[in-house]
Amino acid sequence: MKASALTVFLVMGISVLMVVLNLGTAASSPVHVSTFMVSLAGKYLSYAILALSVDLVWGFVGILTLGHAAFFALGGYAMGMYLMRQIGARGVYANPILPDFMVFLNYKELPWFWYGFNWFGFAMLMAVVVPAILAAVFGYLAFRSRVTGVYLSIITQALTYALLLAFFRNDMGFGGNNGLTDFKELLGFSLSAETTRCGLLVVTAIALSLLYLLARAVTRSRFGKVMIAVRDAESRTRFIGYRPEQYKLVVWVLSAVMAAIGGALYVPQVGIINPGEFAPANSIEAVIWVAVGGRGTLAGPILGAVLVNFGKTILTGALPEVWLFALGALFIVVTLFLPRGLLGLMPVREKGDPPLPADPPTPAESAAKEAVS
Amino acid sequence: MSSMSNGTLLYLDNVSVTFDGFRALNALSLVLTPGEMRAVIGPNGAGKTTMMDVITGKTRPNTGDVLFGGSTDLTRLDEPAIAGLGIGRKFQKPTVFEPHTVWDNLLLALAGDRGPRFTLFAKETAEERRKIESILETTRLTDQRNRRSGDLSHGQKQWLEIGMLLAQEPQLLLVDEPVAGMTDSETEQTAVLLREINKTRSVVVVEHDMGFVRALGVKVTVLHEGSVLSEGSIDHVSEDPRVVEVYLGR
Ligand SMILES: Nc1ncnc2c1ncn2[C@@H]1O[C@H](COP(=O)(O)OP(=O)(O)OP(=O)(O)O)[C@@H](O)[C@H]1O
Ligand SMILES: [Mg+2]
Repeated sequence: MKASALTVFLVMGISVLMVVLNLGTAASSPVHVSTFMVSLAGKYLSYAILALSVDLVWGFVGILTLGHAAFFALGGYAMGMYLMRQIGARGVYANPILPDFMVFLNYKELPWFWYGFNWFGFAMLMAVVVPAILAAVFGYLAFRSRVTGVYLSIITQALTYALLLAFFRNDMGFGGNNGLTDFKELLGFSLSAETTRCGLLVVTAIALSLLYLLARAVTRSRFGKVMIAVRDAESRTRFIGYRPEQYKLVVWVLSAVMAAIGGALYVPQVGIINPGEFAPANSIEAVIWVAVGGRGTLAGPILGAVLVNFGKTILTGALPEVWLFALGALFIVVTLFLPRGLLGLMPVREKGDPPLPADPPTPAESAAKEAVS
Repeated sequence: MSSMSNGTLLYLDNVSVTFDGFRALNALSLVLTPGEMRAVIGPNGAGKTTMMDVITGKTRPNTGDVLFGGSTDLTRLDEPAIAGLGIGRKFQKPTVFEPHTVWDNLLLALAGDRGPRFTLFAKETAEERRKIESILETTRLTDQRNRRSGDLSHGQKQWLEIGMLLAQEPQLLLVDEPVAGMTDSETEQTAVLLREINKTRSVVVVEHDMGFVRALGVKVTVLHEGSVLSEGSIDHVSEDPRVVEVYLGR
């Protein structure tokens, strides 16, 4: 079986199996999968979409993004706004138009930017259009002025941090510190129903599979060959007539849209979106998932996101204060001993797959290079 | 523009480049006629590579004119735009896209649309395959077509880079030290190849290897400390006492 077919098969197969074991077995059965587990899996797969989007820019055009959670969170907020409007008069204050937090903060009317979010189609359009516009403006400015490397990473981090601070403010109109929560239903389906949770997992698995196949098609095309050339020898591409900034911009916007789709799927499954999702640490975690799974492979980020988050769930349940140290240690171990990630250990490449990034130089090699130049 | 620039392919006049107070190019002037091949020699640090950097848009000159085809001001264009005009460059240190195969390197270099919209949907055409195969033959890389280019020998990388130049179908080729690291027979073959290329295109070759420059049999420009020291046939310049003093006599 081809590696790509296997990836889609596993993503879809495991998700469907969980759904079958949730709906088709009694709670007392030893093979029963709880609804909690179903939504946990849905959350992991949403994160896998984020990881895939990070890998597309980091693994294939060499942009180490430390701000991708911003696009994920924006997609999540758009979904959250739709879900808030669906609550209608069932909120604590029973206001048919205004969400509870607005009543509480003495809003007299719905802010203009909330208009239209009661329509699912419009909300989903905004979930991808707003992050796409932000990414396009940011990318246009950054890539045109040839900002690269660590400077670019730092401004991506600044981007998500700025959004974090903005969304924390109550007068931004997005629920401030508490964010958006207490959702009731999505397209008329109750979010507390098992079947809805199962449906969401399957939809997330389908979205992940389609985005994976899209990323695969892009990276294996001639465009993808240019991506690799830009990743490994950006300035050289200019001398044969390519404009790397154009390529980076296209990939960057595509990647932001992917991350946003992940965020929109994440919110109904976890039941809340708050400014914490913009935290710089979230973007850094996403990079670690990619590194663990294998940068520059497309199945790697999916594997990495699922495994690391599974570990996080277990560890934060047992020893919450240890998690950050464990994550840091994991990152160090992977960089030092597993530079190609888990998938780098397995020969699962297909003919026509784009070449992997070179192993990062060891500290000694970097120092030697520094000394020469 | 100056009337001097008529009937010239490349026209550099009074070009100066300063790096932190150091003059890498000092009032350099050079005129290349269409179809010409020119060899440029000079000691290390003479400014040969810097001259190519100026022509290809990598370095902006502090002063001077750089015109292509009589009227296009190259100092106002960036690297992709200059490449698009038909100026191709081979670097001193061979720089191919190492993780890509030999074939893909040539495919990426083939003349054609460079925009993302085109490359996203581009399918390899029979015409493209034919061109790549012919370049593989010319550069003797047919057997290496599926190899990762980073794994090629130094000489093969040099040839691949020349092949990438050919694939771009440029009007003007700038070739920086093409035979560095090549065996004697590879060097000879390279001279033959460049003369062949020169039948249809203009070429500027920078080289230290005197035997190679002699084999090219073309007009030679000697650079020293960023300016032209001497110009003429290889015999003429090698007898020029100033050249002997700064370069050949050392
Ligand atoms: N980007 C730069 N910054 C500072 N100095 C530079 C830069 N590029 C070149 N130089 C200096 O300019 C001078 C000319 O360099 P250049 O590379 O053009 O010489 P060259 O004739 O190609 O020499 P070689 O035969 O060694 O390749 C050298 O002294 C070099 O150190
Ligand atoms: Mg040089």
